Amino acid sequence: MNQEEMESQYVAEVLDTCLKAGRLMIQGGSEMYRVEDTMRRIAFNAGVKGARCFTTPTGIFMSLGPHSYTQLTQIKDRNINLELVDRVNSLSRDFAAKKITLNELQKKLQALSESTPNFPIWLQIFGATILSCTLMVLFMNDYDWIDFPAAALVGGVGYGVYLAIKKYTNIRFLAELVTAIFMGVLTIGLCKIFPKLLVDNILIGALMTLVPGVAFTNALRDLFGGDILSGIVRGTEALFTAIALGGGIGIAIKLLWGIL
Amino acid sequence: MPYWVEIIINFAFAWISAVGFALIINVPHRALVLCGFSGTAGWMVYWWGIQLGLGRLGSNLLGALLIGILGGVFARIKKCPVTVFNIPGIVPLVPGVPAYQAVRALVDGQLSDAEDLLLRVAIVTIAIAMGFLLAQLVVEVFFKIRRNRKNKKNFV
Repeated sequence: MNQEEMESQYVAEVLDTCLKAGRLMIQGGSEMYRVEDTMRRIAFNAGVKGARCFTTPTGIFMSLGPHSYTQLTQIKDRNINLELVDRVNSLSRDFAAKKITLNELQKKLQALSESTPNFPIWLQIFGATILSCTLMVLFMNDYDWIDFPAAALVGGVGYGVYLAIKKYTNIRFLAELVTAIFMGVLTIGLCKIFPKLLVDNILIGALMTLVPGVAFTNALRDLFGGDILSGIVRGTEALFTAIALGGGIGIAIKLLWGIL
Repeated sequence: MPYWVEIIINFAFAWISAVGFALIINVPHRALVLCGFSGTAGWMVYWWGIQLGLGRLGSNLLGALLIGILGGVFARIKKCPVTVFNIPGIVPLVPGVPAYQAVRALVDGQLSDAEDLLLRVAIVTIAIAMGFLLAQLVVEVFFKIRRNRKNKKNFV
């Protein structure tokens, strides 16, 4: 009896660890096959054979073969945070190499989910700034240096606004919509002050900080790789992000271009 | 502008933009520089592909293929997941311009133009995804062959 109890506790611990690792990886935007692989590998290295899991971008189910246990976990927010994926990956490697015990792994995953290591905010905004001006030049392919500082400004400030809104609201797609409106208004204002600037060039550069092109590509890759469900979910999410952005820009241009 | 200046600008700006995106999506510190080179390689292949007349689909496919292969190699060097290098790498290839123009056309009420542009976005995205798939195949086959060879040597 006592032995059985201990075993059931151990199995519950294994399940909890696997689910935590899977949840963190999906939140960080990993591919599905890698998530399943990592979860199964943790279970295998913990000495449980025949683990099965079913992963979707909104929740994970896992059962451990010979033990009649099944657990599930929900995933509410998904974005791209590759540091998270990398950390979970290296923790799983350490566990496989017997450098850390199951208990330590569980504690480290818990710590990771409570405080994700991030680049400081000024560095993220700096990234958005250099991204929007350089991509504008690459995309337009006509090397106009007049729009260069304007694209940098709109991209950087717009991304700062995006981060600020995201801090205060949990509603999906709202931050994207408001940021797009803000970027549109700012760009049109700049173009009215300096008439030599081009609205389209500046906005193409600035919006690239938020455009879900990467999410679309990831979704298609999931689809082609056979993860139909997660591909559809991620694709739909990317589509709605795109609609929010496009709608915001449309609102800004339609309303302001005539008035100002 | 002389051609070599254009090459330098494209090379440097692709690196900067990939690193900029890497900062936004919180790439591990040790992978930042190589992420930039992934982006540069993909963009240069795309740029030269367009100039050679391979068309949008072909150039994007080749660019994504190279990014995927480099990602697989870098991932083994730095012991990171492949996505860490692939996601920042494709940022210069993402069809941002036609997507934006499609929205502009929709706002202006030119629906047939918007349809054309949206289709172009879809084709480019599919080309990139297919490039990645092929790259995965290439990397897996390459490393499998190499491992088999090593095993054979040990055996003999």
